[in-house]
Amino acid sequence: MRGITKQNVGRTLLYIILTAIAIGFLAPVFVVLMNSFKGKFFITEEPFALPNSSTFAGLENYLSGLQKTGFFSAFGWSLFITVFSVIAIVLFTSMTAWYIVRVKNRFTKFLYYVFVFSMVVPFQMVMFTMTKTAGDLHLDTPWGIILIYLGFGSGLAVFMFSGFLKSVPIEVEEAAMIDGCTPLQTFFMVVFPILKPTAITVAILDAMWIWNDYLLPYLLIGSDYKTIPIAVQYLRGGYGSVDMGAMMAMLVLSIIPIVVFYLSCQKYIIKGIVAGAVKG
Amino acid sequence: MALKKYFPVFVLPTLIAFLIAFGVPFILGIFLSFTEFTTVVDAKWVAFENYIKAFSNADFLNALWFTVKFTVVSVITINIIAFALASLLTKGLKATNLFRTVFFMPNLIGGIVLGYIWQLIINGVLQTIGVTITYDAKYGFWGLVVLMNWQLIGYMMIIYIAGIQNIPTDLQDASKVDGANRWQTLKNVTIPLVMPSITICLFLTITNSFKLFDQNLALTAGAPSKQTAMLALDIYNTFYGRIGWEGVGQAKAVIFFIIVALISFIQLGITHKREVEQ
Repeated sequence: MRGITKQNVGRTLLYIILTAIAIGFLAPVFVVLMNSFKGKFFITEEPFALPNSSTFAGLENYLSGLQKTGFFSAFGWSLFITVFSVIAIVLFTSMTAWYIVRVKNRFTKFLYYVFVFSMVVPFQMVMFTMTKTAGDLHLDTPWGIILIYLGFGSGLAVFMFSGFLKSVPIEVEEAAMIDGCTPLQTFFMVVFPILKPTAITVAILDAMWIWNDYLLPYLLIGSDYKTIPIAVQYLRGGYGSVDMGAMMAMLVLSIIPIVVFYLSCQKYIIKGIVAGAVKG
Repeated sequence: MALKKYFPVFVLPTLIAFLIAFGVPFILGIFLSFTEFTTVVDAKWVAFENYIKAFSNADFLNALWFTVKFTVVSVITINIIAFALASLLTKGLKATNLFRTVFFMPNLIGGIVLGYIWQLIINGVLQTIGVTITYDAKYGFWGLVVLMNWQLIGYMMIIYIAGIQNIPTDLQDASKVDGANRWQTLKNVTIPLVMPSITICLFLTITNSFKLFDQNLALTAGAPSKQTAMLALDIYNTFYGRIGWEGVGQAKAVIFFIIVALISFIQLGITHKREVEQ
């Protein structure tokens, strides 16, 4: 009996500790949410006070924020760029990885190492020259940036698809080829379905990266098209004072799509993160 | 095999995008670091002059030192807290998934948004002593550490949980039967067996901290007077904030790349060695 009670006490204590930490983790988001409903001059004065009748501003911050940043258009561009870049990366790099793994020669081996090498190079190394190259080729548009993301994302994606393909037996593919399938048919009907778990991992890792990416789209298309991070940073502007109300409202609006995405695909996200970390 | 002829279909699209986004800019970047230029076409060879300027630039050295300090402190705090949370969440509690969901959530929020969230919170706290985060570099430093912890603890925790769950339970039971106390079990059984996870987490936290940009830009933007600018931000400022210094910016970027590549190769070496031993 004593053993059981002791265990229960320990368990309750553990719950209390974990709940306290969880509240601590959620508190910053809650503070932002709360402040988004306060008048903009009350935010810096008393950031931790709940809105009351004199500080409550209704949806005023949201309206001014939406107007100042063009948030809906930013949301649209973020969605457009993320979705099409992720599709391009998953489609083209899985094909490339299959070719590299199945056609073994010095050139494909070299290609593989070049792709892997690109993963360790920080963005700042190519920041200026890439912006220049892409500009010269007129890729500084929402369509062009998809090609740039395909290029930047190919290192990790080729690496992950190749890693998985090395463990896939070649017999099924050979059988399909003997039955008269062309390489394209074999890839889409036989190989790609096998790659699905890796494709989900790659898609999730790249979606998180591209959705939140600030510097690349800012340098390439930022003056004409704003994505969500650019719209948020835009509120800071030059040296003038920041409209804290609009800022709070835009932070809330930026977090909502992420939370919705997270809660609806949580299982895949967490699996993808673990798989991606182990291989990357 | 028939596949070989299909190079233009299977490889070319990826390869072209890769060369435009990475290959050409990378080689051009190395070349330009030895030249003085403002628009690339006007590049004049200056040999190592940019590198000499970079290493005698107080902002760059300050950013390097700030980045190293920040990386050391964040890597230690993030990994200890994440490991502790992971061991608490592998004790078979019913609400484990709920806690895991909450702790991981900040990781999905982008760096710019994270920076402004914490700017509000930290300024709110500092208001009690009448200052803001940009008053002193130490506030910016610890602000970044707290922000980074909030963002990465959940991520590392998930990797540690996966590592701990891979340990066969009979090993821990055996060590209990043999009379080991909790600390001994942790030190002699758990930690050696989650070593692969520890290596991964150390690597991820080191590279993520070292390359930090968005959070730095949003939280302090380097203020006061560039004292809290990390390497990535300093390189950005050199390129776009100082006309005529593009070559120096590129040289700084090459140095930055070499440091990050060295960290990565040391890491790969360690992982590889460990795999051989197993």
